[in-house]
Amino acid sequence: MSEQTPPTLATAGSVPPDPDRSTPLERREGGDTTGATSRRSRNPFHGAAGRNIGLVIALALLCAVGVATAGERFASIDNLMTILRLAAVIGVLSIGMTFVITGGGIDLSVGSVLGLASVWASTLATQTMARDAHWGVMVFTALAVGLACGLVNGVLIAYGRVVAFIATLAMMVAARGLAEIIANRQTQIVSVDAFLDVFRADVLGVSVLVWIFAAVAVAGWVLLNRTTFGRRTIAVGGNPEAARLAGIKVRRHTMYLYGLAGLTAGIAAIMMLARTTSGSSTHGMYYELDAIAAVVVGGTLLAGGRGTIVGTVLGVLIFTTLTNVFTQNNLSISAQSVAKGVIIVAAVLLQQRFAARSRSA
Amino acid sequence: MVNEDGRRDAGDGAGRPLLQMQGIVKHFPGAKALDGVDLEVRPGEVHCLLGQNGAGKSTLIKVLAGAHRPDAGTLLWRGEPLRITSPVAALHAGVATMYQELDVVDGLTVAENVYLGHELAAGGFTRRRQAHARTAEVLRRLGHPDITPHREVGTLSAAGKQIVSMARALSHDARLIIMDEPSAVLDSGEVANLFRVVRELTASGVAVLYISHRLEEIRQIGDRITVLKDGRTVAAGLRVADTPTTELIRLMTGRAVDQVFPARTPVRPDADELLRVEGLGLRGAFSDVSFTVRAGEVVGLAGLVGSGRSEILETIYGARRATSGTVHVAGSRVRPGSVPAAVAAGVGLAPEERKSQGLLLDEPVYRNITLSTFARTARGAMLDERTERRVAREQIQALDLRPADPDRAARTLSGGNQQKAMLARWLVHGCRVLLLDEPTRGVDVGARAEIYGLVHALAEAGNAVVVVSSEIEEVLGLSHRVLVVADGRVLHSGPADQIDEHGVLDLVMEGSAA
Repeated sequence: MSEQTPPTLATAGSVPPDPDRSTPLERREGGDTTGATSRRSRNPFHGAAGRNIGLVIALALLCAVGVATAGERFASIDNLMTILRLAAVIGVLSIGMTFVITGGGIDLSVGSVLGLASVWASTLATQTMARDAHWGVMVFTALAVGLACGLVNGVLIAYGRVVAFIATLAMMVAARGLAEIIANRQTQIVSVDAFLDVFRADVLGVSVLVWIFAAVAVAGWVLLNRTTFGRRTIAVGGNPEAARLAGIKVRRHTMYLYGLAGLTAGIAAIMMLARTTSGSSTHGMYYELDAIAAVVVGGTLLAGGRGTIVGTVLGVLIFTTLTNVFTQNNLSISAQSVAKGVIIVAAVLLQQRFAARSRSA
Repeated sequence: MVNEDGRRDAGDGAGRPLLQMQGIVKHFPGAKALDGVDLEVRPGEVHCLLGQNGAGKSTLIKVLAGAHRPDAGTLLWRGEPLRITSPVAALHAGVATMYQELDVVDGLTVAENVYLGHELAAGGFTRRRQAHARTAEVLRRLGHPDITPHREVGTLSAAGKQIVSMARALSHDARLIIMDEPSAVLDSGEVANLFRVVRELTASGVAVLYISHRLEEIRQIGDRITVLKDGRTVAAGLRVADTPTTELIRLMTGRAVDQVFPARTPVRPDADELLRVEGLGLRGAFSDVSFTVRAGEVVGLAGLVGSGRSEILETIYGARRATSGTVHVAGSRVRPGSVPAAVAAGVGLAPEERKSQGLLLDEPVYRNITLSTFARTARGAMLDERTERRVAREQIQALDLRPADPDRAARTLSGGNQQKAMLARWLVHGCRVLLLDEPTRGVDVGARAEIYGLVHALAEAGNAVVVVSSEIEEVLGLSHRVLVVADGRVLHSGPADQIDEHGVLDLVMEGSAA
């Protein structure tokens, strides 16, 4: 470190002072609202933390509605576990999606890649191998398929300069098709008991799937907020040209981001295999849209450069709880969809207000 | 010259000005884009607006076109006060704008583009036949009957799109047409045609506000000139015929306030050579550029916009891949076309467009300062934000960056302080070769002396500095040695105190003419 503090420090300090200098600068500081912005970001009720508090309040309101309308049926440990288990798969996908969106991209293929990975990891051949050798074969297969699809996306987008929307749209269609070919449109029952024993178990009374979601979320938070990878993600999404001119390998990083999203699709596929005890080419249908919705509602800027894992987790929980409350009250899936749409629009409107304010500051 | 007497009378003799702007001020966060602009345009004249990049021309145009609302100042339109609140209001008043980036929709036909936003319609149905007939008539008037109204605009050349853009301006029955660098995309034959159209327009009483970097064009077509610098009008209503070109360049590049440049510390005779550029070339931009910079030395590149000076810096930095030549830093060759390689070798660039090329505006200052070093201070993959804040704070103090708050968003800093953050980034990195592209662009006049002082302090501390600036006085005042660049060639290289502004200008004019 010490060799980085250059010799220029001492001499740079010796810049001849300019008596007039302070006046115009200070006048500007007093004149606009920027001083308030800086202070505001440290106030927990404003800025990123404030948005999370907003989401927590929304979630609490939903729970209150749930208790008021469904009473004991909603406010039970069993139901809480159901909500968390349902949130887990979408949640893992959403963590990967948070990275892609923060990096200035979009990934429409994660749902299909989930389906493909679940099918590939549950073919007769894979399951036979898993039974003969180790259940880890299925896990490895799903992760490898997910990662490979993600990297194909990444190479196309970063080096082939295909627009992310198009590249991942193509992958979305192609992966789903490939899954159908492999599975021959049949549902493949998972019969590797060792695999099911591991992933359908409860640890400390909580499903392994929920633990996986928690682990991925914590890892994602650390990765985004505490590592060089996360810093690069924010830089690449916030201003790719500035990142490039600062010496960051923007293309390589972009490729990694889609690889990461693919990897989370692989993890989600494993969870899906465990939850449904089957692999199917219809797994993960429209999950990419649910994941994008959760990420955006959570407060990650769709334009890139700002992302929040906590927000994403809250976004996922809000949508899952909403579904649960509706189901408990025997309301139709159609009504749920309408409510989801309203929530997405409301959240994005709030986000735009927020973005406009920070920009004018 | 080309100016016929009849047209001059239209310009000078007309009683009432078409447009009078006084004291127009427009603030943007962190910068004053316009700081007291005066402009008077008379009916039937070609009024040229001159100024360097960043002088405020674009902002002024946008104020006139209704895209920006001014913070202060008065605007009289045909003698009456007018508030232009939206682009529609501008068109309604009779101000039409042809933007530099051609604002046509490629997927629509010529006629649809011409009537875009004010379609001829009856009961919700577009009246295509009428639109086609009128468009054809306008195109004939513009001397381009070859462009048919039903042609898709995407199939036209840039010059053709320009014509469509102009036809649209005419379709609005405009009294004032703003042309933002209309000749930038045209070849000489097309420019001649453009001028013919402009003369026809002015003969019918329409005023043209003409923006161009090409001074010889202004000689040919212009009646009067207003020069902007640093958001202020430095000369208003100069008659083209009475104003020599050197005077115009001086007005554009000269200082609004006298700046005292800090005294140069002579380069130690035994100083190491830090940067060696040999035979560097980039096809289509510049060729055969060679120079060396020693520790403690400031070398300036002087030249007009488009001379290739910024490209030279970007190529040394690896942001563009050189088609010939080599770059050595401290004796070892740098891999061409790779920014990470140049950065690793100790080269730092403060780019011309700080906001779009340099900074993460919504990120805190300290992260902008450590953008090139956070991976190095990290322990493994884990960031060490405490160290990042500490080194950032050290630089903030050393460079006197204000406000001295490392957690403030970079967007909220003034131009001069943003520039200091860029310099701080490379100082933290330990760069010894600093490439500064327009270091005082967008920096308030008062804060410039500070940047100058910094540049010298950096050189004295043993760094090699290369400065590019369109302000010739700035290059001469800051540098030990000066390279004069025109049309992608180095015309002159020598000590900065042995050439003056006239000398540079003469060289540039000769070089551009050649």
